[in-house]
Amino acid sequence: MNGGSFVLNILILGVPFSVALLLAGLGETINQRAGVFNLGCEGIMAMGAFVAFLPPYFLAGTSLAGSANLIGLALAMVVGTVLGLLFALVVVTFRAPQGIAGIGLQMLGWGIAGTLFRHYVGGVTGVPGIAPMPIPVLSKIPVLGQVLFNHNPLVYIAFLLVPVFWYILFKTPWGLKVRAVGTYPRAADSLGIRVARVRYQALALGGAMAGLAGAYLSLAQAKMFADDLVAGRGFIAVALVYFGRWHPVGVMLGALLFSLAQALQLSIQVAGIDFPYEFAVMLPYVLVIVVLALVRKARMVGPTELGKPFDREQRV
Amino acid sequence: MNKSFKFAYNAAIVVAAAAAAMGIGAIVLAAVGANIGKAYLVILTEPLKDMIGITEIVVRAIPLSLIALGIAIAFRSGILNIGAEGQMMMGILASSATAIALPDLPRPLLVPLAILAGAAGGALWGGIAGVLKARLGVNEILSTVMLNYIAAQFYTFLLRGPMMDPEELVMGSGTPQTVRIPRGAWLDRILPGTRLHTGAFIALGLALVVFFLLWRTSAGFRMRAAGAEAKAARYAGVSVERYLIIAMLLSGALAGIAGSVEILGVHRRAIEGVTGGYGFTGIVVALFGGLHPAGIIPASLFFGLLLLGADMTQRLADVPANMVLVLQGAIILAIVSARQFMNNPYAQDKAARLLSRLFGKPEPPAPPGSIEACPDPSDSVDPCLAGEPQEATR
Repeated sequence: MNGGSFVLNILILGVPFSVALLLAGLGETINQRAGVFNLGCEGIMAMGAFVAFLPPYFLAGTSLAGSANLIGLALAMVVGTVLGLLFALVVVTFRAPQGIAGIGLQMLGWGIAGTLFRHYVGGVTGVPGIAPMPIPVLSKIPVLGQVLFNHNPLVYIAFLLVPVFWYILFKTPWGLKVRAVGTYPRAADSLGIRVARVRYQALALGGAMAGLAGAYLSLAQAKMFADDLVAGRGFIAVALVYFGRWHPVGVMLGALLFSLAQALQLSIQVAGIDFPYEFAVMLPYVLVIVVLALVRKARMVGPTELGKPFDREQRV
Repeated sequence: MNKSFKFAYNAAIVVAAAAAAMGIGAIVLAAVGANIGKAYLVILTEPLKDMIGITEIVVRAIPLSLIALGIAIAFRSGILNIGAEGQMMMGILASSATAIALPDLPRPLLVPLAILAGAAGGALWGGIAGVLKARLGVNEILSTVMLNYIAAQFYTFLLRGPMMDPEELVMGSGTPQTVRIPRGAWLDRILPGTRLHTGAFIALGLALVVFFLLWRTSAGFRMRAAGAEAKAARYAGVSVERYLIIAMLLSGALAGIAGSVEILGVHRRAIEGVTGGYGFTGIVVALFGGLHPAGIIPASLFFGLLLLGADMTQRLADVPANMVLVLQGAIILAIVSARQFMNNPYAQDKAARLLSRLFGKPEPPAPPGSIEACPDPSDSVDPCLAGEPQEATR
């Protein structure tokens, strides 16, 4: 294998790897912009991955098999929304500390997905998954076409969502409300913005996105479900939001950086380069810590009230 | 508002939280078609039916309590240590490597040395997160989670490579495990025929140490002050950053000791899957025990029971053992939600008003000048200034 095709391989692998991180990261950006730090993302992704896997698994061979993937994606988003709202109940209405509540939601999601999986499916089983959909003319462009336009539809959707989320966050009234309740909830409240309601909405959207990200893992990336399928990607997505300075484009760049690291690790193994497998797997996790240590000076652009519950009736 | 109402109110919150957690569990049990009552009965009573079961509960409670003590130190100092799982693995590696490297040392030297090595391994791993937090402002939840994954890979790497039992390579099945730890490093079994080992005394002793450290020394006071209100502590001259690092070192050390004790007392060699989620269950134990050693010891026994019971439901009630994760997650969410209502005079006042509106029995008016009479002085009608008691019902 020559150097050129080695790099090309990494790029072709890396782009689809970034999608789960990107989808979850976009949702988490909205959450954190609204002032809520949702570590439960990991658990929601596990649930999303599991419920999305169910329709293709059970509907195989029936007349509905053709639309099973779509049903799965919708189901994952619904379940993600429900879990996002549950988290909102705990951290917005009950004003519980968000970090530890997120860990609770993560365990809950892992637990429910694992329990139901063991009971209804049992062993690791593959599903056909979402087929690639090369974009007619564009995919024929040499190199670029292979890297960017020869993937499954969710890849395109995820990257199209980046400008959409940018628009929502910075150009719509709702986006302004989201940023307001994350930066200065008391001022937002005095202007008649319902802080709790906006945070509920943000968490519902973030939950749906995390559910979709999980669905992408089981339907498009791995094409199967296993207990450890998510493997910390939810936590990485949360870290990416810091790295991306709470901006959709930054999150996208971060997601690409991490997925390229992962693709590099796989390519190293495939190419037979002598490097301990375990250290290669560590790479993305080490990268998260290094990146988090480097971006600390970016604190000012972030939502200043991140992680703090808002109590309307508290004295200032 | 009288005392008995306050008590009833707090009790009602606890009952509601427990009901919510068990309710979430019941939904999942119903989803797998299990008999909900039977499944809970199996989880909560089956392990208590014989001596083996009871000792196995304690065997699980030993690492749980040690980890939870460490997590309590960290939480009290204002740092959320989610990395006990990885710290425990590093403790296991350091402890077993030390014991294997020095097989000829006399027993009274080797056991403490192996445990100290475990503490050092865990402290190193916890300290990384502490330094990152204190010096670079890295979110400790994210860094400890990532360190968990890194430790897990490192653990597998050593067990499959440099630390692997050579005999497994030559004639065995290639199981990733170390050689057996020299007998001189073993912790004794207390009851013959069971796995109950002297690590139990270590856990109890360290619970006392942690209590004295946090509540009877000035260092402990500074740590708790840094956790309760970092700004105020800094004004009072506490080096918050230094105590963050110290707290993470201690927290990691306790998780490392948990790993060390588990290896020296139970498995007697480092194998895969020793930690098995103890690091995460330890978080629940610490919260459930109120972040206090006196609560953590009983809480660790309760969760030892849950872990063992959940293993049994697989066989007896056809419920996968992952169920215990569901319960743990639900319990965390219930505890953090309930804490908002406990001893909250404002919420209590609301509840009293609601009750009296529902049942038409007016609450006796609070005495003027009491906290209940003026929940917020910025209210337009000020009972304290007006000098007359406020009507509880309108």
